[in-house]
Amino acid sequence: MEKYECVCGYVYDPANGDPDNGVEPGTSFADLPEEWVCPLCGAAQENFEKID
Amino acid sequence: MYKPIEIADGIYSVGCRDWDIRDFHGYSTYEGTTYNAFLVLGEKNVLIDTVKEKFSDEFLSNISRIIDPKDIDIVISNHTEMDHSGSIPKLMQIIGKDKPLYCSKMGAINLKSHFNQDFNFQVVGTGDTLKIGNRTFSFLETRMLHWPDSMFTYLVEDAILFSSDAFGQHYSGDKFFDDEIGDEIIPHARKYYANILLHFSPRVQALLKDVAKMNLKINMICPDHGILWRDNPSKIIEAYDKWSRQEPTKKVVVIFDSMWESTTKMARSITSGIESEDVAVRLMNTRKWHRSDIMTEIIDAGAIAVGSPTLNNGIFPVIADVMTYIKGLRPQNKIAAAFGSYGWSGEAVKILNKEFSEMKLDIIDDGIKVQYVPNEDDLNKCFDLGVKIAKTLKQRLSDAKK
Repeated sequence: MEKYECVCGYVYDPANGDPDNGVEPGTSFADLPEEWVCPLCGAAQENFEKID
Repeated sequence: MYKPIEIADGIYSVGCRDWDIRDFHGYSTYEGTTYNAFLVLGEKNVLIDTVKEKFSDEFLSNISRIIDPKDIDIVISNHTEMDHSGSIPKLMQIIGKDKPLYCSKMGAINLKSHFNQDFNFQVVGTGDTLKIGNRTFSFLETRMLHWPDSMFTYLVEDAILFSSDAFGQHYSGDKFFDDEIGDEIIPHARKYYANILLHFSPRVQALLKDVAKMNLKINMICPDHGILWRDNPSKIIEAYDKWSRQEPTKKVVVIFDSMWESTTKMARSITSGIESEDVAVRLMNTRKWHRSDIMTEIIDAGAIAVGSPTLNNGIFPVIADVMTYIKGLRPQNKIAAAFGSYGWSGEAVKILNKEFSEMKLDIIDDGIKVQYVPNEDDLNKCFDLGVKIAKTLKQRLSDAKK
């Protein structure tokens, strides 16, 4: 599944999810809950870009 | 201390000058810097940002020349980095800890973790306003320009933008405004951009587009460092537009270090090759040039060539320092080539190429490595590499125009 990088450098990797914030491993970026924001800088999902 | 300056009716610059600082968290500041803060008088008195903790007494004394600091009713923190927030604890102690402190959501989190105490946070985001008498303070979140908490405060009626670190420069002198100093300030602004904001260039582009859409009238831009842009604020906005587009120019930066002058000789031959093609070149020895000055030269270059001796099977430590620094700032749209002398193992060129590749630079040659001391033939190859870099760059620039 595709990884997405935040403007602050944080990478959302679906394989890891974000368990600290209630996101199970295996959750694709598109399936993140709407209120999920970058755990490092607080940026909304629109500030993320897909990376190779 | 300087006499607070009334920058507009009832608005004062009350910050401090740091004449002595020469190393600002690893950025060379040959002319010191300033920590700008602003006091807006009215039905309620508002303070925008503070200064480094070390200057807090001078800062309070500056404010005292205008009003009793206890009469400050509201504090706005545009940015929580300690050169702007460091005096907040002492200030709040004096003016009253219950006074409202306006900041972004991340600002509140950051201030708590910096000072290990709570304040009367009033969290604001883009579009929120604070109306005081006939003045409106409008807030604009500028996340990651350059910290998660960063925001701008815009005074609507006065058309003054308090831009925190954006549009700043590390410069301390007896000039306070762009019209007093003229174009002499631009290299400082450029260095600031290259070393603090370059990796957020896509955010800068997005912000400039947003601001253009909002059709904001801007009479003055007041950054938290250096001179204020009152004569022609569009000049620095246009410069930011240019720098953030990272368009390559016909210029190469050759960065190198050497142990026994062999890599120096190679660097000089490459430089000659580049010059023979009428391409601008900067030859920068990493032990003579500060990493932040090298970075400033890189932003408008179309190519970099990096030379390192091999030391203990790795790249030379000073080159590793500079490469780590450059990589973090994410320069874009450049071609690259590596070179270096070695004794017996010769890993440096390979390591540099790996770095280039991770930085998404376009490697145009496998690079040249020379054992011990370059002979005439080796130096001719280096000259040819310089020619190849210059020719490739010219070709790319001409293709980009089409």
